[in-house]
Amino acid sequence: MSILEAEHICKSFNRTKVLKDISFSLEKGQALSIIGSSGSGKTTLLRCLNFLETPDKGIIRVNDEILFDAEDPSTRLEASIRKKRLHFGLVFQSFNLFPQYTALRNVMLARELLASEQPDYKARKKEILEEIRVQAETLLDQMGLANRKDNYPHQLSGGQCQRVAIARALALQPDILCFDEPTSALDPELTGEVLRVIKELADENTTMVIVTHEMAFARDVADHVIFMDDGSIVEQGEPMQVFEHPKEERTRQFLQRFTQG
Amino acid sequence: MGQIMEQMPIVVDALNIGFLQTLKLFFVTLIGAFPLGLVIAFGSMSRFGPLKYFSKFVVWIIRGTPLMIQLLIIYYFPGLVLHTPIWGGGESGRFLAAAFSFVLNYACYFSEIYRGGIQGVPIGQEEAGLVLGMTRRQIFFKITLLQMIKRIVPPMSNEIITLVKDTSLARIIALQEIIWAGQAFMKGSHGISGAIWPLFFTAVYYLIFNGILTLLLGRLERRLDYFR
Repeated sequence: MSILEAEHICKSFNRTKVLKDISFSLEKGQALSIIGSSGSGKTTLLRCLNFLETPDKGIIRVNDEILFDAEDPSTRLEASIRKKRLHFGLVFQSFNLFPQYTALRNVMLARELLASEQPDYKARKKEILEEIRVQAETLLDQMGLANRKDNYPHQLSGGQCQRVAIARALALQPDILCFDEPTSALDPELTGEVLRVIKELADENTTMVIVTHEMAFARDVADHVIFMDDGSIVEQGEPMQVFEHPKEERTRQFLQRFTQG
Repeated sequence: MGQIMEQMPIVVDALNIGFLQTLKLFFVTLIGAFPLGLVIAFGSMSRFGPLKYFSKFVVWIIRGTPLMIQLLIIYYFPGLVLHTPIWGGGESGRFLAAAFSFVLNYACYFSEIYRGGIQGVPIGQEEAGLVLGMTRRQIFFKITLLQMIKRIVPPMSNEIITLVKDTSLARIIALQEIIWAGQAFMKGSHGISGAIWPLFFTAVYYLIFNGILTLLLGRLERRLDYFR
């Protein structure tokens, strides 16, 4: 059963069509890589999944539940969108950590705020906060940042910041974790540490959508690859097939440009 | 010199009273202009056209003309031209008119600083909050507000220190603040006349008060230094 299904997603900014009839699905526990040149619509697609953009047309389904249907205005209500966003996590290219909080607080904050809305929050406050703190520490530990938890973002390297951001997204236990070019803002020597933790997450069968320019990584980590160009899916399939035996001329040209650097 | 030492206690007493009025105008302006500035800032960022252009128009007028002219117009116009003296007579009327002018003037300057502070927080901060399931209210209070405050403290400090000195402009409508009190000794007051040194001496009050403010605002700036 597919955990995520996107059907006929279209999105325009003013008169520019950025997404033209995008349909794909993703199985639970699988990693999907989306590759393509800048401006092909990859990031917009991720932003649509996370409700940061509203598609003009199309349906988004998670676990067979319709989260968004452009035809059905009731799925666009601000109040319900907030809860739907929690199905997805998003790791940004530019980290977007909260600068005034330590690494640990960055990971804890959203869960704390959600917990404070629970009916039994007041009665069990201490217990709940302790639980959240332990979970956040475990996540940072898993990201190799146990000794960095009390540092503020400006005291961390780009790679460390991005790993905090990954922990922050994981803290809410999303069904699907999205990465928007997670290493594009990093110095080359720092990309490895971030790609390594994403690979570890893939090996633990975390369901992921990864938009990336790291071709070797996309091929290595993904169960499924989508190549996008000019707002459309040109080709998709298993990594071996897309990278080794692309059917489409455009895919071949793109891969050639990338492998030649 | 001996004469000055004799006159000193009388002068200081009079200047203290004037400085109290200066301080009153200073604090009333801050208390009024902090929130009004925020209202104007949101007005000038509004998506509702008429409100946006009205706010921008007001800011243009107020920032584009001297505060002294604004004081004169606001104080004299209702009584002399409209024949409805809304401010009332005496010192309290003058204070009301001065406070109104200063609040309006400073709110416009503050609004531009607020706007810079709000727009200076990267959009990614709000988006990060959204994808983490936060409400807009939570995002404002837990994420953007403190970053905004950090951004506006240095330009605000500048404006606040300018305000201390600008209060002296209220002298033009004869508000009995410290400049007025110092000047009184030239014409004759408390049995002292023809003395200009009390007027010069008022500068010491401004210096000391601004010195204290600089220290306090600097401390606030340093307290927000723990993040970038």
